[in-house]
Amino acid sequence: MLLIHCPWCGIERPEIEFRCGGEAHIDRPGQPGDLDDRQWADFLYMRSNPKGLLAERWRHVHGCGRFFNAVRHTVSDSFVCVYKTGEPCPDLEALAREGAQ
Amino acid sequence: MTRFSFWELARKAVNAHQDWGHQWRKPDPKPEYDVIIIGAGGHGLATAYYLAKEHGVTNVAVLEKGWLGGGNTGRNTTIVRSNYLWEESEGLYDQAMDLWQDLSQELNYNIMYSARGVMMLAHTVHDVQVFKRHVHANRLAGVQNEWLTPEEAKAYCPPLNIGKNIRYPVMGAALQRKAGVARHDAVAWGYARGADQYGVDIIQNCAVTGIRRAADGSVSGVETSRGFIGAKKVGVVAAGHTSVVMDMAGVRMPLESNPLQALVSEPVKPCFPCVVMSNTVHAYLSQSDKGELVIGAGTDQYVSYSQTGGLQITTHTVDAICELFPMFRRMRMLRNWGGIVDVTPDRSPIIGKTPVPGLFVNCGWGTGGFKATPGSGHVFAHTIARDEPHRINAPFTLDRFRTGRLIDEAAAAAVAH
Amino acid sequence: MTQRNRTQEGGRIDREAPVSFTFDGKRYQGFAGDTLASALLANDVHLVGRSFKYHRPRGIVTAGSEEPNALVGVARSQARHLSGEATPNLRATQVEIHDGLAAESQNRWPSLSFDIGAVNDKLSPLFVAGFYYKTFMWPKSFWNKVYEPFIRSAAGLGRAPKKPDTDTYANTYAHCDVLVAGSGPAGLAAALAAARSGARVILADEQAEFGGSLLHERGAEIDGKPASDWLAGALAELGDNPRVTLLPRTTVFGYFNHNFLALAERVTDHLAKPDPERPRERMWQVRAKQVVIASGAIERPLVFPENDRPGVMMAEAGRIYANRYGVLPGKRIAVATACDSAWRAAFDIAEAGGAIAVIADLRADPPADLVARAAALGVRVERGCAVTGVIGKTRVKRVLLGRISDAGVLSAGEVDVDCLLMSGGWTPNVSLHSQARGKLDWQADKGAFLPGDPVQAQGSAGSCRGVDGLAEVLADGARAGVAAATAVGHEGDTPEFAATGGEAGDGWWLGAVPHDRDAARVRAFVDFQNDVTAKDVKLAVREGMQSIEHIKRYTTTGMATDQGRLSNMNALSIASGALGNEIPQVGLTTFRQPYTPVTFGTLATTSRGDLFDPVRKTPIHDWAAKQGAAFEDVALWKRAWYFPKGGEDMHDAVARECRTVRESVGLFDATTLGKIEIVGPDAAEFLNRIYTNPWTKLGVGKLRYGLMLNEAGFIMDDGVVGRLAEDRFHVTTTTGGAPRVLAHMEDYLQTEWSDLDVWLTSTTEQWAVIAVQGPKAREAIAPLVDDIDLSGDAFPHMSVREGHVMGGIPCRLFRMSFTGEAGYEINVPPSRARAIWEAVWANVEKLGGCAYGTETMHVLRAEKGYIIVGQETDGTVTPDDVGMTWAIGKKKPDFVGKRSLARPDLVAEGRKQMVGLLTKDGKTLLEEGAQVTVERSPARGTSALGHVTSSYRSPAAGRPIALAMIAGGRARIGETLHVPMPDGGIAVEVVRPVFVDPEGTRLNV
Repeated sequence: MLLIHCPWCGIERPEIEFRCGGEAHIDRPGQPGDLDDRQWADFLYMRSNPKGLLAERWRHVHGCGRFFNAVRHTVSDSFVCVYKTGEPCPDLEALAREGAQ
Repeated sequence: MTRFSFWELARKAVNAHQDWGHQWRKPDPKPEYDVIIIGAGGHGLATAYYLAKEHGVTNVAVLEKGWLGGGNTGRNTTIVRSNYLWEESEGLYDQAMDLWQDLSQELNYNIMYSARGVMMLAHTVHDVQVFKRHVHANRLAGVQNEWLTPEEAKAYCPPLNIGKNIRYPVMGAALQRKAGVARHDAVAWGYARGADQYGVDIIQNCAVTGIRRAADGSVSGVETSRGFIGAKKVGVVAAGHTSVVMDMAGVRMPLESNPLQALVSEPVKPCFPCVVMSNTVHAYLSQSDKGELVIGAGTDQYVSYSQTGGLQITTHTVDAICELFPMFRRMRMLRNWGGIVDVTPDRSPIIGKTPVPGLFVNCGWGTGGFKATPGSGHVFAHTIARDEPHRINAPFTLDRFRTGRLIDEAAAAAVAH
Repeated sequence: MTQRNRTQEGGRIDREAPVSFTFDGKRYQGFAGDTLASALLANDVHLVGRSFKYHRPRGIVTAGSEEPNALVGVARSQARHLSGEATPNLRATQVEIHDGLAAESQNRWPSLSFDIGAVNDKLSPLFVAGFYYKTFMWPKSFWNKVYEPFIRSAAGLGRAPKKPDTDTYANTYAHCDVLVAGSGPAGLAAALAAARSGARVILADEQAEFGGSLLHERGAEIDGKPASDWLAGALAELGDNPRVTLLPRTTVFGYFNHNFLALAERVTDHLAKPDPERPRERMWQVRAKQVVIASGAIERPLVFPENDRPGVMMAEAGRIYANRYGVLPGKRIAVATACDSAWRAAFDIAEAGGAIAVIADLRADPPADLVARAAALGVRVERGCAVTGVIGKTRVKRVLLGRISDAGVLSAGEVDVDCLLMSGGWTPNVSLHSQARGKLDWQADKGAFLPGDPVQAQGSAGSCRGVDGLAEVLADGARAGVAAATAVGHEGDTPEFAATGGEAGDGWWLGAVPHDRDAARVRAFVDFQNDVTAKDVKLAVREGMQSIEHIKRYTTTGMATDQGRLSNMNALSIASGALGNEIPQVGLTTFRQPYTPVTFGTLATTSRGDLFDPVRKTPIHDWAAKQGAAFEDVALWKRAWYFPKGGEDMHDAVARECRTVRESVGLFDATTLGKIEIVGPDAAEFLNRIYTNPWTKLGVGKLRYGLMLNEAGFIMDDGVVGRLAEDRFHVTTTTGGAPRVLAHMEDYLQTEWSDLDVWLTSTTEQWAVIAVQGPKAREAIAPLVDDIDLSGDAFPHMSVREGHVMGGIPCRLFRMSFTGEAGYEINVPPSRARAIWEAVWANVEKLGGCAYGTETMHVLRAEKGYIIVGQETDGTVTPDDVGMTWAIGKKKPDFVGKRSLARPDLVAEGRKQMVGLLTKDGKTLLEEGAQVTVERSPARGTSALGHVTSSYRSPAAGRPIALAMIAGGRARIGETLHVPMPDGGIAVEVVRPVFVDPEGTRLNV
């Protein structure tokens, strides 16, 4: 069971307090009607699903109830960082280079 | 290649089995093949086998970064059934079901298909409605499936607790009698040996690191840990790693890879005659030929390639097993492991062409790919050989996510009201 | 009752406390402190089981949890055994005996000494690795009927319990600074060091007593005291420290992500008369800041012909039985070894009174001091000598010796013995390190894999990381303990322990031992339980299996209940030789949890019956139960399903309830519906985006039916929404959908629409909902309502008012209907709900009304053609499919799911549409889920037009009615279609999906 740091509560709590919300930074288009079917399908369904660092959404559902983002390595399952919703996505490639060192 | 039989076994016993040869070769890669299959799991090996056997395409390599059959093929709970809801799924899985029945004879490799019957339990009024809908739909399609009362379910599976003293009492069950289990490793090995006999090169410990494309955008071959290998047609059958491989060709996929766990008990004498599945309480149980209770647990909620999962996923399933089969509470978990399942938004696979000419994909089987192994290989081989999908896999396109023509087996079981 | 192999003195057993138990029905005596294995050996019983495949007689091999052979069925008493409550496959080496304990051998019939299944051993020339893949294919029909049942009955070990388990299990969550797994010298030193620095420590050990090798270390001294005295002092110190938790009989079985570990504690199985209040076992789920793995090393068998005979035992096990339990494993003992430690075992046993017939060391040049000591004891020593065979079927009688030379192996005669101790050296126990995903490093000079760099917050100490010798192990443990404590912020000096004795044991052997026997005929076992021989491993390689994973699966080596703890390294070595590859290239199979098998009940803990899943009950539940209601499970809720009166079946009860609601009034508990309060200046805009409907113009005090889609455009949920103020809405959801809907709303609000000023609060538990439906509904509630004008003009259909009932109890009163009748839903605080319900009930009864359940609710709504999400819809249905385009706000630029509704397949011709169906004969009730076709008797494989979603006997329509989803259904109204059933097709007419009051006039009375 993962141990997850909630940036809103400032504490670590076990995974069962959280719900994973899938890949982060897939913004809903402001004008969905302007997208063609292919673009809309990309938004709805296409995911990077990387073997490596992934920015993903978590919600502290049995805590503060708030969403936040986390960068996690999908092979080791270790968290690299957490940050609040609305903050920009860290440079995953740079983080990966750091992690490799 | 030696044909397997009791007499051959007895003959070889005379010389203490010194005379058995390799079941498959250990070839070095050739510079070029007509078709490269990426992934030597059951689906990939079956694809190669049927390419050679049904379509005469024998200049084929199957590339495997680890060892053949080492992914989900060797990690699943081996349930085989075809009582799916939608016509598209019925067609896909029932063709596989037909192939399972004679697969040992077809491959001359005993894959131990055991038609023990798969019973799916209903615990709520909603479950009853859903499963009866399956039974009616299956009957019309000619797919075996029948409805059992709780008492009939108990008669078919005596350890089942149909008492009212459990949290979600059993209200009935859908039973497919010819469904069952098979020996997973033997399926991979049988197809490997079969494909090898037709001249297919199975190249293990050969990781694909890139997909090379020609000027016109079509596939020209793959970069591997053993150098470049040319091919005009490449079929990706990489299960949990499909996104990673497809990314090499610049194709994004509607997939997420999740850990899926399973476990076995210590072996005991035969005590469990069939396969029981319960979606509502999350329990999947059968007994292997060795006597182990084989139990399927759930998926973790996050993307992971770690082949491990959380304890809470396992315990949740064991809870359900103990609730339905209270005599198994004193049994013990011997081994618990994880696989990586590639899941599509509608929980149905993608089998067909991709936007890249010459690149084909067979993926997204989620938690249920083993049962389709023969059929999946059969239709994928057809798709690659003819450059167009077989009638059966025609609906399972990547394009359905654009059009919205989803084949949503999971939604059909959604609980509300 | 004699214990003829018991020594006169020594050991940690309590000779004053005899214990009586049975094995295979025969009564034996042991002492308190014995394991079943030590007690049986004391009685000279070696033969305890039969192997898995060949049913070969097998004896006790080890003294620990890695035991592959001595697996028995155990019950607290013979009576429980006979009633089918025995636990199968317990290791006799772990079972502590108590008075009355009844154990039975397994995998034999009719008896252990005469087993019909042993015919398999005669067929072993055929039954080699993977033989079943090559045969049993002809004739095909024989597989399921003959071959497979035969294979299955021969396989398996013990018998599963037949009766439900009556014992209980418990669960504990814990946190600590340092978890120490293993209480041998390394673990003890680590625990002492960490505890002295102030860290919170958990020390767990799978054995009944802490101490590991110190429990059988004879002659060693620590800090000037005998090891056992030092051990007692160390345990006293740890026991007195309130920050230390000592867990004996507790196996650290799983090492998960982020230093989460699972432990299984055996609480009462060792007691003759346990307190019934105590659990049988307890699972500990521990989040440890640091972990010290001190899991020791496991002695490795030698692979020589007939090495599986009863009486062949690990050398260290022999030493443990002699020193710790006061039991000699035999009267006349041979030792086969490649490792120093077996010599010391021989010396200890000799001192305890056992006769050592010979020590045969594979090494040409074993240490001189050992040889000298053997000479002093008068023990024959053979150097460069292998055991090449064992004579004796159910017990060792003789061993064959062979001298190893450049020319091969030459016979060196036979020795009469009744026990053979063997040692191929030690395998560091890296299981937990590997479970934690730490890599393993191959150490060619030690012939062992050792822990590589840790991945998690962990370290290894002692012999599990290849450190040998008591003094070195203690120092390594102290180092690891301080390192762990320091890592979590505690400071302390590294304690120093002065130790003598317990010397390191050099020497090892991997793989098959050479011999001079007929290779085609003899079998040397690698995996005892699964009957895998060295030849099987070579055969697998010959057949093309290259990876150790293939070899494991093909031969089943390492897949027995010891998970390869004894066999893996030998199998790997043999495979590596056959492949001509180095061991690391062949690979090591992955270590997985659990470390040793864990009881299902321990994993399930308290989760059974009502604790399996929380039960949610409404405040009206007890009332309904008293009225004799039947209940159904909907999500976590128990909902009243119907209220049978005087012997009514469900059908009669529902028919009466339906009639009563339409004729007078019915009372329905709608508390389970989800409720969400949506508040804020942008509340209406939020609803605009979340629901298909428009909300801006909904007046305060008005209700509107809301339809919710997922982003894919399919119906996800529905419910009635009331506007209480400009900035306040009361939203209702389906019962099962409530958590999903709130999560969906929060997701969009928090992550997509941070521009909106809105708050969402679940109020499902804040309001109990009493639905009163029927033409007399107003009469039923009017006397109870304090301050709301109920007249049709003041409070029309689809309105909401806030006010009070029964003299000041606040309520939100909805005028709405899910039945087609005029009706109200009284939302009140749950604490007052029962009283209000009973007050309304009194009026309802006076008016000739009734209480009704979910089934009647379903019928009444179906008569009106109202959908139920999850019944008419199945996740593939759009608003248009169910005729609800009216619920879509056409002028809204966007809402969740809107874009998807324009996708090609969602606007395609021929989608399934909701219609009504009436059976032509007016009598037949269709089955829900039944398929609908054009043809009366469709050919197999015909595509269905759709299916029946709801079907009921309708008292109002006077006939059965049904709703269905039919391709192009709305254009087929008036057509005759068929519902094909096993006994023939049923003709149905397609009709509009409304069967009662199509104009809706009854709503507005």
